[in-house]
Amino acid sequence: MIAEIGLAALWLAAALALLQLVLAFTGLKGNKPDLLAAVRPAAVAQGVLTAIAFIALVTLFLRSDMSVLLVATNSHSAKPWLYKFAGTWGNHEGSMLLWVTVMGVAGAAVALFERALRRDTHMATLGGQAAISLGFYAFLLFSSNPFARLAPAPADGQGLNPLLQDPGLAFHPPTLYIGYVGLSVAFSFAIGALLTRQVDAAFARAMRPWVLAAWVMLTLGITAGSYWAYYELGWGGWWFWDPVENASLMPWLAATALLHSVTVLATRDALRAWTVMLAVVAFSMSMVGTFLVRSGILTSVHAFAVDPERGSFILGLLALYIGGALALFGWRIGAVREGAPFELVSRETMLVINNLLLTVILGLVLIGTLYPLMTEAFGHKVSVGAPYFDRIAGPIALALMIAMAVGPLVRWRRDDGRVVTKRLVIPFLIALSLSAWLSVLAWGRIGILPFLGLVIAGAVGVASLAPLWKRNLRRTPLFTYGMVIAHLGCAVSLGGMASDSAFTVEKLVAARPGDMIQTAGWQLRFVQIQPIAGDNWTALQADMEVRRGGRPVMIHPQSRFFASPPTTTSEAALLTRWNGQLYVVLGEEVEGGRWQLRIWWKPFVTLIWLGGILIALGGFLALLGRERRGWLMKWRARAATA
Amino acid sequence: MRLIMAFLLALIATPLAAQTALPPAPWADRQLADPAQERKAKALMETIRCLTCQSQSIADSNASMAGDMRSQIRERIMAGEQPEAIRTWLIARYGDWVSYEPTAAPILWPLWGAPLLLLGLGLLLLRGRIKRKVRS
Repeated sequence: MIAEIGLAALWLAAALALLQLVLAFTGLKGNKPDLLAAVRPAAVAQGVLTAIAFIALVTLFLRSDMSVLLVATNSHSAKPWLYKFAGTWGNHEGSMLLWVTVMGVAGAAVALFERALRRDTHMATLGGQAAISLGFYAFLLFSSNPFARLAPAPADGQGLNPLLQDPGLAFHPPTLYIGYVGLSVAFSFAIGALLTRQVDAAFARAMRPWVLAAWVMLTLGITAGSYWAYYELGWGGWWFWDPVENASLMPWLAATALLHSVTVLATRDALRAWTVMLAVVAFSMSMVGTFLVRSGILTSVHAFAVDPERGSFILGLLALYIGGALALFGWRIGAVREGAPFELVSRETMLVINNLLLTVILGLVLIGTLYPLMTEAFGHKVSVGAPYFDRIAGPIALALMIAMAVGPLVRWRRDDGRVVTKRLVIPFLIALSLSAWLSVLAWGRIGILPFLGLVIAGAVGVASLAPLWKRNLRRTPLFTYGMVIAHLGCAVSLGGMASDSAFTVEKLVAARPGDMIQTAGWQLRFVQIQPIAGDNWTALQADMEVRRGGRPVMIHPQSRFFASPPTTTSEAALLTRWNGQLYVVLGEEVEGGRWQLRIWWKPFVTLIWLGGILIALGGFLALLGRERRGWLMKWRARAATA
Repeated sequence: MRLIMAFLLALIATPLAAQTALPPAPWADRQLADPAQERKAKALMETIRCLTCQSQSIADSNASMAGDMRSQIRERIMAGEQPEAIRTWLIARYGDWVSYEPTAAPILWPLWGAPLLLLGLGLLLLRGRIKRKVRS
């Protein structure tokens, strides 16, 4: 019954999306207010219906209803409830339902909360959102129905990939998807503005909070995914330039560029066409990512189902929406004027440089990710991985960091080059002294990129605080704090990345219980190895006593065996200190009762994710700053009329 | 084509056989005594693809074939071979796919040219946005 309710809700939502699309565009065309009056209620109802469908699927998973095909193939009654719950989106159909739900709820939010946008543009935006949703409803209903029944129902399910049985599954996909799909709002805004020819500062001010919100969630989702991969895969890596990771990075790069160009549009009423283009590109990158992951064209832990038919379906949607949006862009953009050129030394120019560098990195990641597919068509299999991306995108990213430090210190419209240079003296001196110190400390032992990374992280970290210099901190707007914290977060994250690749100490050792191991100033005593049992797994656990001066601490790396499906995973033991993490993995038994151990000391590695959280926090504060000002103005207006 | 398939199947079958019969490769998880050599070996391993995995380098894979390849790399580094020579040897043996670092093969020229092309294109677009002379 629950499955049928969910399916019915989905069909109804799809029908409403069609209605919303027709109402919005016939209403706009014939200027019929009574038709347009129904658009917002349709969007809200659609949001409610998708939420009902999603709750229905979650309920089926929580109840382990094996008469539903999706539950039977991806769940197991012996799983802890958290993984039954999170397992709802740990598969193709469920994750696409999550996608559609986020899209429906985002559309409802635009209908309910968007007040700043001109009415006709608002209606056209909701029409655009309905048009995109419709394609994804069709995809879900025709080729990925999550509610399909299975008769006869099996006694129990096949279980969830043990790598996914982790609290990370409850957090990483939803945040990432809210970010991914939240960008559809920016896409619809761009469509709406192109249709009503309203590409101006007011439009940018209305769009900015939506972009910020999606970007914050995307940042959190990527940060969470990176940390999850770091501790779960057991090799201490936090970014692999895996195609699926690239698929999440590309929308983030586009959204970051959009965030900055929309500010130029809102402040100076310039970069109109470019901002609209970026809004289209950002969500297009989300769709490209989904296509790459869901089509099974790439092999990865994220590719649940390899199904060419689904791949072609998404490819069709991709061509339709991206092609349609670009055609509309080409048709309408001629009428949009870009405004006067900028002065060379101005905030605008710095933001344009930001956009240029971000877009180039985006282009390189896209080319690098797709290139192996292209050469494969010519019968030549190649791999494009970390060495390419590090070497090519790394230097550009470092240049971007420098631009990020300089940008906020340059005034809008026009500034004096000499004055700007003076403002940069302190960061420059920091960079110089850091390079000198690092040269003495580790010359010849660390690579050029980590070296530059550390130097730039230090200098940029200090420079990012400079916009607060000599300001009244209590009267500084929240938006400025947001920018400062987000930029500081970038420097912190870069510092963690560079420190990890420059200073990590690795120790591989085969040890037997009772042995003492020394590495990087740590003493590890291998106490014993013992079997233990969890909810749906058994494990061999090593008990180790570790100390670095001070009191000893017990840590417990495990090797886990899952019965359904049969898999072994290694659970690393992580010991976090303020200045880094000790990372211990228990491997297999080797000859003579000895166990293979992998031990890493990673100085300041946690800064990578701390930086990610700071970036998201900065975005959140900026969002709050905008919003609060809206409330304040409303409150004042009300007080004035009363 | 059939030869390649047979070869690939043999590749996949090798670790299976290794799991049951042969002892694990000696240098799969054992570091070289000389830290400089170990650094070189590690840096190379991070850029070599594990052929039986989904998308991992041999430096971070549990697959036994990755272990064999790590062992071979350490042995060759110990024997004094240069990392790039070992990469060339691996590519000759397993094809370009094994190296995460794209080679300089003509089919990859556009890939290496892309950064310059994109930056150039961007600067060209930028030129129109910025005033030539700063008015005093």
